[in-house]
Amino acid sequence: MEIPRHWRIKKQRYALVGEVCPHCDAKIFPPRDVCPECGGEAKTPFAFTGRGEIYSYTVMNDAPAGYQESTPYTVALVKLQEGPMVTAQLTDLGSQPVEIGMPVEMVTRRIRSDGDERGMLVYGYKFRPVMQA
Amino acid sequence: MSETQPQKDLLLKTNRSVGIVGYGAYVPQYRLPAAEVARVWAGGEEGLPIKEKAVPGMDEDVITMSIEASRNALKRAGISPEELRAVWIGSESHPYAVKPSGTVVAEAIGASPSIQSGDWEFACKAGTEAMVAAMGLVGSGMARYALAVGMDTAQGRPGDALEYTAGAGGAAYILGPGEESLAVIEASYSFVSDTPDFWRRAEAKYPEHGQRFTGEPAYFHHISSAGKALMQMMGTSAGDYQYAVFHQPNTKFPQRVAGMLGFSAEQIKPGLLVPVIGNTYAGAAMIGLTATLDVAQPGDRILMVSFGSGAGSDAFSILVTDALLERREKALRTADYIARRTEIDYATYVRLRGKLAMK
Repeated sequence: MEIPRHWRIKKQRYALVGEVCPHCDAKIFPPRDVCPECGGEAKTPFAFTGRGEIYSYTVMNDAPAGYQESTPYTVALVKLQEGPMVTAQLTDLGSQPVEIGMPVEMVTRRIRSDGDERGMLVYGYKFRPVMQA
Repeated sequence: MSETQPQKDLLLKTNRSVGIVGYGAYVPQYRLPAAEVARVWAGGEEGLPIKEKAVPGMDEDVITMSIEASRNALKRAGISPEELRAVWIGSESHPYAVKPSGTVVAEAIGASPSIQSGDWEFACKAGTEAMVAAMGLVGSGMARYALAVGMDTAQGRPGDALEYTAGAGGAAYILGPGEESLAVIEASYSFVSDTPDFWRRAEAKYPEHGQRFTGEPAYFHHISSAGKALMQMMGTSAGDYQYAVFHQPNTKFPQRVAGMLGFSAEQIKPGLLVPVIGNTYAGAAMIGLTATLDVAQPGDRILMVSFGSGAGSDAFSILVTDALLERREKALRTADYIARRTEIDYATYVRLRGKLAMK
């Protein structure tokens, strides 16, 4: 059970809320209160658009504890429009092949159950192919 | 029937004008053809109540689906989520038995902490009940904006008649001042009685229903009573409405109740989604309305009547304003979600819906 940790990082997990550096305007994710670009203090919250593209990806057939029931699934490095790179599962792929450079968008999904079926539900960001209007 | 039609003015009308300032739909991408259910359970020879139903992915539930529909509603409303004063989710498939769906949704869309939040339960009319409450909250001046969601990942026992239709999807509505609205809610009226047509006991995984008892004394009586009374008290008739949306557990029921109230097949066409997404329970009437708003024109009047087993109906008379045309382009339309379609077979459905015993 990791309730305090899930609770502490819910903003970044649910809605990709990171930080923006007030000194050099770098967008920071995950939030760390110190700008990785200029080293200045950076505590201003910044909500990312959730748009990005796939930098690289792999398919998980042998999953860690808590994720076995959804194999096989795809994990990608997603380069966000604002700069940072995040690791996340891809979802709603259907029969669509994954390609490097593919545009994706963030959705909030159920990640896993903390412990067994009695545990709290953990929600967080995943990415899917951009939906066309 | 022992209940009689109301004689005096029982319209629910707000002190100040209230309307829909933003709306958003969500439908998951998987589709299970009804023919697949018939293949497995009826030797493929049963008459089919719909073409196919929407099925949620393994990482989707009422919370995640409500988040996406609410984000779409916020895009159309063009307001900051912090301006919402209520986040209310109506469903009969809340992921937790105890712990509100609304708090997770509110946190994800950035609405908390200065909000009312709570989960509503009244079978398939939980979402429209939340809409009536939101009308009251905004109409009294207690809040400028309130969010009401109707969303379900409906349950149906394998092989039961409900399994053909029990779908997934729903819609979110942000209610606010009439002058900012893309559609003004002129009035509403609710008709409720203790009618045991369908239920699910606290520890039961699947619901029970009264077979044919679900029709005449339940669905038809409540929807026609609510719709008729609303129009009578407003002095309107079917001819005053461009469109009508009714709760849709299958294709036939809404078609028949439309006829009972004097509406044509043409008037219910844009909002009749059950043939292609199934019965989305608390989401059914509400997503029928998003699809109708997607095609309506300023000046059009829309009648929406929900139905929840147990039983009751909420009827709304809605008048579209000029603001709709510009605002509906700001988020994905209901048809965009319906067009996103991955067909699955019964085996995949069983896996996605967690019907396999893994231990």
